[in-house]
Amino acid sequence: MAFYRSHVLVCGGTPCLLGGCRGVKDALVAEIERQGLTDEIKVVETGCLGPCDRGPVLVVYPEGITYVRVKVEDVPAIVAEHLLKGRVVERLVYRDEAGERLVSYAQSTYYGPQKRVVLRNCGVIDPESIEEYIARDGYAALAKALTAMTPAAVVEEIKASGLRGRGGAAFPTGLKWSFTAKAQADQKYIVCNADEGEPGTFKDRLILEGDPHSVLEGMIIAGYAVGATRGFIYIRGEYRQSIARMAKAIARAREMGLLGRNILGTGFSFEVEIREGAGAYICGDETALIESIEGNRGEPRVKPPFPGVHGLWGRPTVVNNVETLANVAPIIDHGAAWFRSMGTENSPGTKVFTMTGDINNEGLIEVEMGIPLRQIIYEIGGGIPGGRGFKMAQTGGTSGGCLPTSFLDLPMDYDTLAQHGAALGSGALLVMDDTHCIVDIIKCFQKFFAHESCGRCTPCREGTVRLYEMIGEISEGRGTREHLRVLEELGRVMTVAPLCGLGQTAAVPLLSCLKHFREEIETHVLEGRCPTGVCKMGKAPVVA
Amino acid sequence: MGVVEAKEIAAIVDRHGREASKLLPILQETQRRYGYLPEEAMQQIADALSLPVAKVFGVATFYSLFAVAPKGQHIIRVCENAPCHLRGAEEVFAALREELGIQPGETTADGLFTLEQTSCLGVCGVAPVMMVDEVVYGNLTPTRVREIIANYRRAAVGE
Ligand SMILES: Cc1cc2nc3c(=O)[nH]c(=O)nc-3n(C[C@H](O)[C@H](O)[C@H](O)COP(=O)(O)O)c2cc1C
Ligand code: FES
Repeated sequence: MAFYRSHVLVCGGTPCLLGGCRGVKDALVAEIERQGLTDEIKVVETGCLGPCDRGPVLVVYPEGITYVRVKVEDVPAIVAEHLLKGRVVERLVYRDEAGERLVSYAQSTYYGPQKRVVLRNCGVIDPESIEEYIARDGYAALAKALTAMTPAAVVEEIKASGLRGRGGAAFPTGLKWSFTAKAQADQKYIVCNADEGEPGTFKDRLILEGDPHSVLEGMIIAGYAVGATRGFIYIRGEYRQSIARMAKAIARAREMGLLGRNILGTGFSFEVEIREGAGAYICGDETALIESIEGNRGEPRVKPPFPGVHGLWGRPTVVNNVETLANVAPIIDHGAAWFRSMGTENSPGTKVFTMTGDINNEGLIEVEMGIPLRQIIYEIGGGIPGGRGFKMAQTGGTSGGCLPTSFLDLPMDYDTLAQHGAALGSGALLVMDDTHCIVDIIKCFQKFFAHESCGRCTPCREGTVRLYEMIGEISEGRGTREHLRVLEELGRVMTVAPLCGLGQTAAVPLLSCLKHFREEIETHVLEGRCPTGVCKMGKAPVVA
Repeated sequence: MGVVEAKEIAAIVDRHGREASKLLPILQETQRRYGYLPEEAMQQIADALSLPVAKVFGVATFYSLFAVAPKGQHIIRVCENAPCHLRGAEEVFAALREELGIQPGETTADGLFTLEQTSCLGVCGVAPVMMVDEVVYGNLTPTRVREIIANYRRAAVGE
């Protein structure tokens, strides 16, 4: 690799792409060439650099100066001042809330308490370059697994690490692999679930855009561990950039002999195909996803049997989330004990979160499991805009529970949240301030479920619509005590009666709000008043 | 977009392989070609894969990204989930309805736009968000959506 005096990283994540980072990158390359700096300065387009709401983002190394909201017109100044003369262009520098210049990402609290395992390469390497991935020990874990470990030893290592599924259900990954490893069949499959649809979640997209090889490497290792020779990556159809980057990664890995027949000369063969989703939240459910790959309507199957023994075309199939798979290579590389040194006893390792809603630093973070919610929101997230008050946080996406202020010091791990009727889920973290109304947001949640119910089972098809209608009536000032009673009763039934996780979680946020924010909901019903003034009480019913 | 030609459908089917499991990729490519899934196309795909037409139609109508009737030249999908909602998606959506003079599910009289509501597009970091065809627009305000629509209208006139 040639030696460069400086590297300029340009974020090529989707928000930055739409903010015009391509234009900025092209202008930068042209300007560097014009100034005769081409041999000294390398421009690299990377995955997400973090502060998505401030794109396009650009980082100059080795100084680690971060520029935000860079426009094409700013490029000559950055090149002439910073790259040529070493003077920082102050007006574009990324600053914290207090106006303090953040000299480098590494020194910013936004990155400070973070621990980067899954995101180790995101925003650091050029995701389209397999050479850069390899230069940072990429595919070393694959080589180690294939040449120095038996498949059973790989399964054991993952089991020992305590890794749990990052797609939402938190099932122990090693145990899942062991079921498929044990099953006898003429063909087994590995499926990577990249159908990310949980509202407020976009980590899988950023992993796929920023470091596709880490996911691919995890899949190949999984294939070796359980005896599967074919894999599918099911990526939601809207993720054009993820699909393109993954396609390129697959092609490059194949060229390098890391994928395909006789990988690294070890005799192990593995093939991967991309399948695009076609717009259905329910296909995130593993059995619905399998139906979709088979070419059917994406309706969930009755479980058991589980995919581990009876999956794609009835064959044993491991379905894992993108982030789960991205953890595999580091575990094989550094060992289970290293992994267990992070996080908590029952939730080892790190978790990637996507922060949205009323929070200053929207975007992607990775922290050790068990970190308190307060630290995430106030330290890493930079708190709530305008100094407004905290009202609630919803973890795990729209199907997760809503937590009031008294829960701010809860450690964020699977078991603690489950004990409190919430879920870590996919890692979505929605923050809502005290100017928003709880009834209004519940209505928004219920509309989502009514819209996304696949209609296969009656409790979900009818129940989601009823819940939406009733909460809608409350928001219009037409709620009665009977509404509250029925919401609660139907909500309870919904947690058990539907066939799959969509229906079973459709009332989870509602029930948690009835518990923690009852007073506000009752004010709507009993006093006909919305305390925040968000609901237009007394208006004629709106037909959705 | 043109009439459905049997040999074109046959070429798409052959590119993916005549297996039932290739139905989604085949429908995706067919839609890219025609802008929607014409009935004749679905009939021919069913024949080629030896599937009942009802099955092909059932799959096509299940997924929100497939259209079984022609739509506007540009499809606008507005996200209405909680992260976008908290950042003002409702006002953005109201501005769009007003600017286009249509309700969700409808197409403008000039055939330029179809308006749809969608679930989270996974770009909530720049909420509120909409997607026009395959392009994502973030940090929307009522003023910005009007500008964006105006740009598409100008581009259409320039064609
Ligand atoms: C309605 C529904 C939606 C889901 N969506 C996703 C998703 O978008 N991504 C994902 O990885 N898992 C999703 N899951 C969980 C999957 O069914 C499955 O548990 C997961 O892919 C297993 O991988 P993991 O063990 O690595 O987490 C969803 C489940 C349900 C019921
Ligand atoms: S909630 Fe709108 S893009 Fe995610």
